[in-house]
Amino acid sequence: MVQINKDACKGCGICIAMCPVKILVFSDELNSRGVHFPKITQEEKCTKCENCMIYCPDFAVVVKKDEK
Amino acid sequence: MKNTVGHPLKKYFRGEINYTTCSGCGNGIISQSILRAIDEIAIIFDQIAFVSGIGCSGWIPSPSFNTDVLHVTHGRSIAFATGLKLAAPQMKVIVCAGDGDTGAIGGNHFIHAARRNIDLTVVCVNNGIFGMTGGQVAPTTPYNSVTTTTPYGSIERPFDLSNLAIAAGATFVARWTTYHARSLKNSIKKAIEHKGFSFIEVISQCPVQYGKVIGMRNDPVSMLMHYKECAVNINKAKNMSADELKDKIIVGELVEKKNIPELTDEIKRLRREASRK
Repeated sequence: MVQINKDACKGCGICIAMCPVKILVFSDELNSRGVHFPKITQEEKCTKCENCMIYCPDFAVVVKKDEK
Repeated sequence: MKNTVGHPLKKYFRGEINYTTCSGCGNGIISQSILRAIDEIAIIFDQIAFVSGIGCSGWIPSPSFNTDVLHVTHGRSIAFATGLKLAAPQMKVIVCAGDGDTGAIGGNHFIHAARRNIDLTVVCVNNGIFGMTGGQVAPTTPYNSVTTTTPYGSIERPFDLSNLAIAAGATFVARWTTYHARSLKNSIKKAIEHKGFSFIEVISQCPVQYGKVIGMRNDPVSMLMHYKECAVNINKAKNMSADELKDKIIVGELVEKKNIPELTDEIKRLRREASRK
């Protein structure tokens, strides 16, 4: 399960570029910092590689492996 | 700002995780690599002391990490860390230095710490520019780069910090970029467990100040992909000519030497011998 803390996001887009199955996209909404944060589409395709979490410079993305 | 998703590394932070760095800065990736390395070693976090200097890199441990953190004066992070390690040899000391701390104002402390082989882990965030002060030319800025202080291109050749560390006698040297976050974590893990001076140079993106030098302003994704293309592993680089390696970044664990006397052990031995006389 991929969780995004939208208010910690600074909108750099690294998670979107690093996702190997390209399921992250910029959302149309703005967060409290005034940037477009990422949102998940087609979560069932997620491989749980944790790239989005490892490369997020703002600790805004968390991938939880245990949940079914 | 409250982190609502409960990050697994949250336990290492003082309060909420709130980095004040620019959007897309490499500091956060390096910070996460350091913490994941510590998490995997399963060392008690209170046994680690962090030392950082002035500059963007100084804000990696300070004030976020929930352990002893010394945020010290310009370029003196390795000097403070040397003192800390000698006074408290049981502590693991990790220095989060910038290219200013190791190549510019703190250059002398750096080479002498490497020569003494004191048990420090130095993680050097090399973004190739003085980012916090407005993008001035640094000793690591590539030749012919246009910065705020070199409007016609820099005429000085940059330092190769890893080779400097090797020449000065460091016993563990690795170089990675922020693109290689997983390998970086493994090297930091090795460096923390290594007895002796270990130096890890991380080529990190500064999309605001260095990005405009290479025409990738506010575009951290292009900078990461640029690192991916430029990086050549040390094992592959051994068979390549100098022309092929031009403008490439050689990454990997460059040096690992064992059984070289370490400074705090030497001082203990000296004390024992002196007390016998």
